[in-house]
Amino acid sequence: MTSFVDSAPRLRGDLGVWLVILLELLTFAILFVSFAFARTGEVALFNASQATLNLNTGAINTALLITGSWCVASAVRAVQGNACARGARWLLGALACGAGFVVVKLGEFADKLASGVDLSTNTFYMFYFFLTGFHFLHVVVGMLALAYLWFKTRRGDYGQNNVHALETGAAFWHMVDLLWIVLFPLVYVMR
Amino acid sequence: MSGFLHVRTWLILLAITAITYWVGEGGLAGQASIVPVLLIFALAFAKGLLVCLDFLELRHAPALWRWIVIGWLLAVLSLIVLAYAVGMHHGGA
Repeated sequence: MTSFVDSAPRLRGDLGVWLVILLELLTFAILFVSFAFARTGEVALFNASQATLNLNTGAINTALLITGSWCVASAVRAVQGNACARGARWLLGALACGAGFVVVKLGEFADKLASGVDLSTNTFYMFYFFLTGFHFLHVVVGMLALAYLWFKTRRGDYGQNNVHALETGAAFWHMVDLLWIVLFPLVYVMR
Repeated sequence: MSGFLHVRTWLILLAITAITYWVGEGGLAGQASIVPVLLIFALAFAKGLLVCLDFLELRHAPALWRWIVIGWLLAVLSLIVLAYAVGMHHGGA
């Protein structure tokens, strides 16, 4: 019986954190759908405001989050194979991607604020700042978790039989990526 | 999930992002047609699905969890597409 345990369906990561992830998904779903339906009343305003956003930085940040997610998935895999040093390097790569995202996003926020645009400018920017700002906070929280996991992995605290914490942090980081995958086309691309 | 498959997933995700960027930059978006809307959000669904199955490893998770997250993705994207269709009808985009 026990030999089948590894191949049996298993949720990777802590159940409690997964419940938090579901709550986050629900919260963002409400925000995304609210944005889409708020737009139906002010299509021209939303399109004109969206045209002022920088598609380049949005796309760069998408690539950074996707690459960060890949790094974390590779880190989990490395540690599952007891290659902790390699796993720690992958986590460092993910942190670098997260840091890149933060720098690009802060630049974008600063640029918007410098041009006199803020939360109260119009409905589009209210959603823009709220959605991307709330998502930004999740990136920062995810990075704090990754930094902690990097420290522990580098010390060799995790391994084949102790990968639970790493899988949990990875699940949260992938969720941050998943949310951006919906956010990017919605806020930056689709007119 | 092997390392090679992770690399493949990553490359596909980057390729889809490039297509999404191209559609946005090339002005295919916003032509008062539902087609680019469907295309962009179908691409987003493909990306989300890859992240769910390969990175979150929901492929190997109990079916209920897999369907909750994929169902979330489908529901959110469908409602967004619906809203864009309504917007086109109202505003003539």
